[in-house]
Amino acid sequence: MPAVRLEGLTKIFANDAVGRRVARTIAAATGAPSLTAVDHIDLDVRDGEFFSMLGPSGSGKTTTLRMIAGFELPTEGRVLLHGVDVSTQPPFQRDVNTVFQDYALFPHMSVSDNVAYGLVVRKVPKTERVRRVGEALDMVRLTGFDKRRPSQLSGGQRQRVALARALVNRPRVLLLDEPLGALDLKLREEMQIELKAIQQQVGITFIYVTHDQEEALTMSDRLAVFNRGRIEQVGAPAEVYERPATAFVAGFVGTSNLLRDDVARAVVGQGGTFTVRPEKIRLAEPEDPVGSDETSALGRIRSVVYLGPDTRFVVTLDAGAELVVTQQNLVTSSMDALALEGKAVRLIWKRTHNYRVADSAA
Amino acid sequence: MTGGAVGRALLRIATGAVLFFMYAPLALVIIYAFSDTGTSAWPPTSLSLKWLELAVANTGLRDAFLTSIAVALGATAIALVLGSLAALAVARHAFFGREVVSFVLIFPIALPGIVTGMALSTTFATVGLPLGVLAIIVGHATFCIVLVYNNVLARLRRTAASQEEASSDLGADSWQSFRFITLPAVRSAMLAGALLAFALSFDEVIVTIFVAGGVKTLPIWIFQSFRLANQVSLVNVAGLVAILLSVVPVYIATRLTRDTGAIGRT
Repeated sequence: MPAVRLEGLTKIFANDAVGRRVARTIAAATGAPSLTAVDHIDLDVRDGEFFSMLGPSGSGKTTTLRMIAGFELPTEGRVLLHGVDVSTQPPFQRDVNTVFQDYALFPHMSVSDNVAYGLVVRKVPKTERVRRVGEALDMVRLTGFDKRRPSQLSGGQRQRVALARALVNRPRVLLLDEPLGALDLKLREEMQIELKAIQQQVGITFIYVTHDQEEALTMSDRLAVFNRGRIEQVGAPAEVYERPATAFVAGFVGTSNLLRDDVARAVVGQGGTFTVRPEKIRLAEPEDPVGSDETSALGRIRSVVYLGPDTRFVVTLDAGAELVVTQQNLVTSSMDALALEGKAVRLIWKRTHNYRVADSAA
Repeated sequence: MTGGAVGRALLRIATGAVLFFMYAPLALVIIYAFSDTGTSAWPPTSLSLKWLELAVANTGLRDAFLTSIAVALGATAIALVLGSLAALAVARHAFFGREVVSFVLIFPIALPGIVTGMALSTTFATVGLPLGVLAIIVGHATFCIVLVYNNVLARLRRTAASQEEASSDLGADSWQSFRFITLPAVRSAMLAGALLAFALSFDEVIVTIFVAGGVKTLPIWIFQSFRLANQVSLVNVAGLVAILLSVVPVYIATRLTRDTGAIGRT
């Protein structure tokens, strides 16, 4: 049985004249414009997996999360937690907990009171409460911080308190709404590893909302790519990256290297839309031989971006379209790479790396 | 002396003059309240507490003072409950007519007191509410609500709604969320609003005249006694009390809301 099942889940918001969200009944009465934030989503999240909802802002991933938590009621469709329909249950009756983007710590309470909150309102006996709060703080490595106020903590520490406060209740599903968004890069990378480790340790289903494709790829067991209120693809990270189902997924998860219609016919030999990942393409001299199992295209290097370990080339194809090519800097230096600007080249890649994708609604 | 220095000196003089015009009359009231000769001689020859003692012994003054306290407490209590609830509704829920509610609550503060008084007096006569202390409390509450409402609303708008969501998410029902999360966040704003409401009610005259019937509040007692030669020194003591009961609550309210901005009739 899936931990979370979404069936035809839909959320329509209406905005009043100055753009605030208003209730649907008001919108119907006043004719306010409405926005379909989530559009008939079907999804199964397996028990115990680290599942990411990836998409640009406004793609409906946070609204979906909020409907699972119970902060928003679905306009249509159902939310099932371990087989039970909770669509109309208030948040406090659902066996899920949330780590909020802004952490939402209670400023007038100490760290330990924040963490104990869920246990206090559920009337867990004091001795057990103290023990579980201690364990939760140990797990997020905040032992000894229990008397501090949230205002006395750093961003990373607040993040850990929010995590401990949610985990201490031992929910069957933990929802995380861009929890690392406010942290700097270094801390974010540390927390990614730590979050994944904690998830494996506690074995709770994590549903993780992010707009950062790298984050989703590194942490998830599976992920769903959201676009305009719909899910474009669900799969394991490698599957989504290597075999994007749509042009949108190809562009959002990785770099948009698309060959469409006439360009596709000229390069791949078939019509439709194809994508090829930048690291699969090899830069060669125009006169270099091409194998029978390879695709190739002639073009000219339009720009070169030196990235340290890699260099990124943008190549304008003679057939039209642009392709991004990344090459590891095994022997080249930045000077060598930058000198290539304007050079005529042949791009070569294996035929098996051409993926046909569906055109997205976008 | 440079031009800038002259300008600064002039500015200082002007500022001093403004402050003098504002506060000298108040100072005079306080000095007379403690002057041995009362208002009959200037400058005072010696200081004395005899007016204070007479004031305490004067039953008319004492009754008026107690009535004012009772009225202010009653009006504040109503304002506290209704103002806070209205602020919660407006800040946390979308409902039909929300903007109208907000405007309607703030409107009485802009309405001339004489109109409010007239309207209330007519209304009370129509519905059969006898004029007197209860009528004054209701009358004062109409314009005290906005003080609590504004303060609590300002605080709620600064407090992230996600805190209440987090509380609910962690298993707290609506009442627990209110008690443990919302109330602690707005408590000092409620207190500030209540203190302002108290001060406003305590010195209100116009509406009071219309709905008081025969009841005297402290401001009305002052107003009526002011022209009586034998009472005029007691009036200074009453004035001093009125000053203290207005200034102290406003001062505390300002401190309580120092970081939130809006305290007054905005």
